[in-house]
Amino acid sequence: MEQITWNRVREAVVQGIFLATAVISIIAVALICVFLFANGVPAMREIGIAEFLGGTTWKPGNDKYGILPMILGSIYVTGGALVIGVPIGILMAVFLARFCPRRVYRFLKPTVDLLAGIPSIVYGFFGLVVLVPWIREHFDRSNGQSILCACLLLGIMILPTIIGAAEPSIRAVEQSCYEGARALGATHERSVFTVLVPAAKSGIFAAVVLGVGRALGETMAVMMVVGNQPRVPESILAGVRTLTTNIVLEMGYATDLHREALIATGVVLFVFILIINLCFSAIKRSGKE
Amino acid sequence: MLTINRLSVRDRIRAYLRHPGSFLLLLLVAAAAVVTVATLLFLIGYILVKGVPNLTPELFSFIYNSDNVSMMPAILNTIETAAVTLALSVPFGVGAAVYLVEYAKKGNRLVGLVRITAETLTGIPSIIYGLFGMLFFGTALHWGYSILTGAATLAIMVLPTIMRTTEEALLCVPDSYREGSFGLGAGKLRTIFRIVLPAAAPGILSGIILAVGRIVGETAALIYTAGTVAGMAGLTDSGRTLAIHMYVLSNEGLHKNEANATAVVLLVIVLLIDAVSSWVAKRFEAQKQ
Repeated sequence: MEQITWNRVREAVVQGIFLATAVISIIAVALICVFLFANGVPAMREIGIAEFLGGTTWKPGNDKYGILPMILGSIYVTGGALVIGVPIGILMAVFLARFCPRRVYRFLKPTVDLLAGIPSIVYGFFGLVVLVPWIREHFDRSNGQSILCACLLLGIMILPTIIGAAEPSIRAVEQSCYEGARALGATHERSVFTVLVPAAKSGIFAAVVLGVGRALGETMAVMMVVGNQPRVPESILAGVRTLTTNIVLEMGYATDLHREALIATGVVLFVFILIINLCFSAIKRSGKE
Repeated sequence: MLTINRLSVRDRIRAYLRHPGSFLLLLLVAAAAVVTVATLLFLIGYILVKGVPNLTPELFSFIYNSDNVSMMPAILNTIETAAVTLALSVPFGVGAAVYLVEYAKKGNRLVGLVRITAETLTGIPSIIYGLFGMLFFGTALHWGYSILTGAATLAIMVLPTIMRTTEEALLCVPDSYREGSFGLGAGKLRTIFRIVLPAAAPGILSGIILAVGRIVGETAALIYTAGTVAGMAGLTDSGRTLAIHMYVLSNEGLHKNEANATAVVLLVIVLLIDAVSSWVAKRFEAQKQ
């Protein structure tokens, strides 16, 4: 009798422990929100929200904290990365799912995984020693560290993210759709691109959104190739600064309001990322229905 | 099916001549595959060719000074950081997954919340983790710049990876195992620790190794938590991991050759870790069938 109650108590205690470990991710997200907002929002209020988000001069020495150039920088760099990464990524996902023979697939799939595994600092180093000199030589009026360079590098970096998410969704379309198209006389390519890809569009769209998140949040690789000038850029060969790099560049020596303004920059980035996450899960949910 | 539809090369060419649009699509898809593979090969090849000749014994001496810029202390710091990070995150990640799979009932509100927050954590960029780690562990808990601060920050970052892979591994364990164990009179606790977890161990292991790969390659989350001090560090000292060492070297621009060599070591370590992870995962899948 005593044995049985003791067992019950033990089972209940262990269940409680497992429950406690399960809520850690909730606690973590709550803590991240609380600490970022508590440290960043007061600075925004002190600078003035319009001044902070809409101001075009960032001169901490003169107490000017306008992050509009960084917001635009992040948007330009992310947009450019998508222009390069999305077409190649989706075509590659189509290739993996529907074109390549199994023998080639066994070689290609690990290749894509390798791309995902390379640390961002190595990408950044590669960009710094290969892409930057290349742009400096082939384009006038540019010292190489530019939006274009960051776009090229980020375009490569988001490839595995897009391919990895898009390929399974193309693969998941029912074979009968493909067979139906073939039976109606469409070629293999036509069946794939007019039937399978549209059927997988919510998955592919979700993959693109994931890529946006990756590009927007990338820090070290971008910092090494983008030039980091805090001004509104006039061409894609000019240097720019993104939200992420603004934090890393100046956090080392910033104090007081300057430091809080950098944390507030992080808050803006965090809000962007949360919006993108929401879009991603909304697309995924609508795809399931 | 495939053998019936197989066309001779000549038939295939004739079919493409009749459908030039399809041929164009085929070319585009193939081009995307070639670009992806060529980029990866060029990147890895470039790093290897530039770096391997610069690998000298001095780079691996145990004492760091500004002449030899040895990476050995950074490698040891990396191992230390990875070990502490895993010690913090594995119990929580595995525990949370066990709760989600083995205990939680369907439609449980808490489960939905845990999943949403874990997904949110996956999407947060590493620089935000770095900021949070600095504010929470570094400032609020007064741990300052230290390996412990860095490891705690990374532990939150890799938590969703470990949770997800463990969950998948647990779901792969057939229900008949659990039923057999219950049928023999074992309680839930014993079933989990003696039957379910051992059967899922290789899958969990592959997720943990994957997390190690992320830890080794991480920079942005560590700069303002673990810091950039060269030389071997204790748990409460500031110390740089290999990825940060790589960043500092390429940022200073004084030690081009050493930076090249460090890039090789970092790349090879990370790729090896990823390869081991996928090898373990493959073994797990083979074992299931």
